[in-house]
Amino acid sequence: MTFLIILLVLLVFAALIQLVRVFELTGKLKGNNQDRIDFKENRFRAKLWLVFGAGYFAFIIWLIVKYGPVMLPEAASEHGATIDSVMAFNWAILFLAFAITHVLLFYFASKYYWMPNRKADYITHNNKLELVWTSFPAIVLAVIIIYGLSAWNDITDEAPSNGINIELYSKQFDWTARYAGSDSTLGAANINFINTSNPLGLITPETIETRISEIEDEITKLEGDLEEAPEDGLKEEELTEKIARKNRQLNKILAYKRKNEVEPYRSADDDKLVKVEFHVPVGVPVNFQFRSQDVIHSAYMPHFRAQMNTVPGTITEFHFTPTITTAEMRQKTGNSEFNYLLLCNKICGAAHYNMQMNIIVESQEAYDKWLAEQSTFTSSETAELRNQINEQLAQN
Amino acid sequence: MATHAHEHHKESFVSKYIFTMDHKMIAKQFLVTGMFMATIGMIMSILFRIQLAWPGESFKFLTFFLGEKWAPGGVLDPNMYLALGTIHGTIMVFFLLTAGLSGTFSNLLIPLQIGARDMASGFMNMLSYWFFFTASVIMLVSLFVESGPAAAGWTVYPPLSALPQAIPGSGLGMTLWLVSMTLFIASQLIGGLNYIVTIVNLRTKGMTMTRLPLTMWALLVTAILGLLSFPVLLSAALLLVFDRMFGTSFYLSDIYIAGEALENSGGSPILYQHLFWFLGHPEVYIILLPALGLTSEIISNNSRKPIFGYRAMIGSILAIGFLSFIVWGHHMFVTGMDPFIGAVFTFTTLLIAIPSAVKAFNYITTLWKGNIRFTPAMMFSVAMVSTFISGGLTGIILADSALDINLHDTYFVVAHFHIVMGLSAVLAMFAGVYHWYPKMYGRMLNMKLGYAHFWLTFVSGYGVFFPMHFLGLAGVPRRYYTNSEFPLFDAFIDMNVLMTVFAIVGSAAQVIFFFNFFYSMVRGPKASQNPWQANSLEWTTPVEHIHGNWPGALPEVHRWAYDYSKPGKDEDFVPQTVPLAEGETDGEH
Ligand code: HEM
Ligand SMILES: [Cu+2]
Ligand SMILES: [Cu+2]
Repeated sequence: MTFLIILLVLLVFAALIQLVRVFELTGKLKGNNQDRIDFKENRFRAKLWLVFGAGYFAFIIWLIVKYGPVMLPEAASEHGATIDSVMAFNWAILFLAFAITHVLLFYFASKYYWMPNRKADYITHNNKLELVWTSFPAIVLAVIIIYGLSAWNDITDEAPSNGINIELYSKQFDWTARYAGSDSTLGAANINFINTSNPLGLITPETIETRISEIEDEITKLEGDLEEAPEDGLKEEELTEKIARKNRQLNKILAYKRKNEVEPYRSADDDKLVKVEFHVPVGVPVNFQFRSQDVIHSAYMPHFRAQMNTVPGTITEFHFTPTITTAEMRQKTGNSEFNYLLLCNKICGAAHYNMQMNIIVESQEAYDKWLAEQSTFTSSETAELRNQINEQLAQN
Repeated sequence: MATHAHEHHKESFVSKYIFTMDHKMIAKQFLVTGMFMATIGMIMSILFRIQLAWPGESFKFLTFFLGEKWAPGGVLDPNMYLALGTIHGTIMVFFLLTAGLSGTFSNLLIPLQIGARDMASGFMNMLSYWFFFTASVIMLVSLFVESGPAAAGWTVYPPLSALPQAIPGSGLGMTLWLVSMTLFIASQLIGGLNYIVTIVNLRTKGMTMTRLPLTMWALLVTAILGLLSFPVLLSAALLLVFDRMFGTSFYLSDIYIAGEALENSGGSPILYQHLFWFLGHPEVYIILLPALGLTSEIISNNSRKPIFGYRAMIGSILAIGFLSFIVWGHHMFVTGMDPFIGAVFTFTTLLIAIPSAVKAFNYITTLWKGNIRFTPAMMFSVAMVSTFISGGLTGIILADSALDINLHDTYFVVAHFHIVMGLSAVLAMFAGVYHWYPKMYGRMLNMKLGYAHFWLTFVSGYGVFFPMHFLGLAGVPRRYYTNSEFPLFDAFIDMNVLMTVFAIVGSAAQVIFFFNFFYSMVRGPKASQNPWQANSLEWTTPVEHIHGNWPGALPEVHRWAYDYSKPGKDEDFVPQTVPLAEGETDGEH
């Protein structure tokens, strides 16, 4: 195989060398050296630009005909419809600009080919023409800017107060959606509270207690290891450092505990966490907040014309109002399997290409029913613990 | 300067070809190094395009190239996919189209077109090349480290690029990437400073700023952009080094990864993006302006007609250069930045469309009523006008913050920047090589091979990148190892195959070019002194390279560089060294 490839490469080179020889010989026979141009060949090259131009336009039209139907369906959100009309408006202008400039380019290239006895016109500039083609694009752009920015202002306006609050939380490599629950407030969270049963690091009096005892256990274990470790070795250093870190983490959590005693962290109790698929009601504004556990991801919901990065250390926001239910969209697209999607759209590691969630848009009733079925974060399992802690807090 | 200093004297091989301080030789060094790096970048793109066209299928030669670790059983590993994309982007943007393009043509043309004996500092010029060379070597070495090369995308956003736990490429591979880029930046700064000083100070008698060929203006503004923006990239990189190695938190905050809550707090990954794109956007003009400069020269020369609107062209170059510093935020519309600031960036970005449009119109009008000779260089230049317009127009869509919400980071962006920056600059660079090859090597390239190379390259270029607009409009994200996880994207399977086929054809066409390039160096027909009947000064130097460029006194300049087909002259060109006749006006009159 390798041998064949080498042979092929050598053959190609040999063929090229022969080709060049032939070119050179025929060139000499015709008596033209490389500085001089051959009128006919040059005219042929000029005309090729027309062929290319036609081919280029045909290619674009072919692409539009073939792939136009599989572009995204109509926007499924209120602001998405606005974006689509801004887009359509821009396309109209751009197509025109594209067509005019390209037709002129290829036409001039094909028309003004070199002729031995002609001289080009000595035209250096033309103030009037230049004024026109500077100010005309400026005016068109002004319109584009105003139209685009007024849409942008509406889209990025304050989140409406009558909306539902959902958090999308990203980590390598999946999404979690969190619903605010009956208090409409998303409870506080912090990375130091993350463990297997609390992947979002939500803060509640229970998680505070759990984390404190977990970390204390870890420290005890590490201290045990340290006693056994040979003195002054690398291992000792490493363990000491680890213990110091764990203590610092413990202190951070204890700070939350003190705050908790003044005003208990209760708003995460009724938060609901879902994976794989999340639901939203049609016609109601959805106020998203985004957080990320590890690296930057991006919550991309193309059918709703919505996207926002999720940035570790910062909470970002976006809101939109869905207008078309999943069932309606299935009908419109004639695809009974159609689903709205949440994708990751910021490079985040090996499985970046497969971080997805389905979004179901449905009637308010269906949504309410679905949401009621989801269990809250502080569910019955921890109810006992909750009661104990509540009693303690009441005593303080 | 005394002429005897430039007499021919025997030189050792090392001082002539390796540690040379002669700008013409340094230009060739940049060119060949850039071509070599580009070949690596191109092969990488073929490797990952194969994965995109036939995801999951086994290709034995992938294992042959990448080893069992990165292509187990002939299927590309997802981490390697990202690494290939990252190094491909880095090589193409920085090593080919920044150092390869500016490095070659600034070095070759600045002294020759302004009438100087050499660069202001030959020594710094040599340093610039060797920094670049070392940077290239380190970048290539990074391909072979155990944990793989950098894989966080060519923009290397932290935290992904800061944490080896996040992706294997962010280990030693990323460290080498940063070292390489640091040297690269040093090379750019040393080189750029030299270019600026040379153009400003060493112009020959009569060469006023408004008589400079447009190539000089473009290369001057390019060097200024580089000088102002590369230091910012350097600081971004250094802060990243600190975060990676010394536990600082410039870019890191509240991160839980690999089962551990990191202690970093207070930093912002968005800060990195601001710093990066403060270079990153001017960078695209650092790539594009030389391309526009070279083609201005070639189009005017081959149309046998003055470039239309010389002063407007200079004005546009300056306006683009200035505006390019206040638009970087258009890469960050969906990072959660303040919507008002987003609006300002939309506004400034769309302003750039005006000088860009002026340039496009000027090109087209230069062809109008010309007497056009379609040399291979001219074919590439006309093609560049087409890609510059096609790619520039989609920029108007992406600049519109409202529209970018749904297009950011999709294949629409990949289509846009490949056409406006990748294709335009590559086509212009080829144009430059075909046009100035006689000046570099004293021989002519074979024209027939040139045309074959041109058509294959140009058609494949559009064939690869134009369809990507449609992927982006359908919502296909970039940097995806495969699109097969989403039934939504199944409609594009055959399109991905088509693009990969074009990519392979386009790459194969480069064999023709390489052959022509090296074959003609020894066997090409000898060039005459001024093979294109051009006006600018480089064509008044002898074909054989000599130190100091002109054997006798430096030439004196009497007119601008665009007196093509001037009425009342016998020839259709008037070199800049020809004195004005009685009553003749100079320049744009
Ligand atoms: C052989 C021709 C080329 C092909 C087939 C090709 C193809 C591609 C593809 C498919 C991607 C990955 C897109 C993604 O997944 O996001 C990519 C990325 C990129 N390419 Fe090219 N490309 C070519 C030439 C060039 C040139 C000439 C440039 C110079 C500007 C360039 C610059 C880039 C950059 C900056 C990226 C982004 C890398 C990243 O995502 O970090 N490419 N290319
Ligand atoms: Cu991702
Ligand atoms: Cu930019």
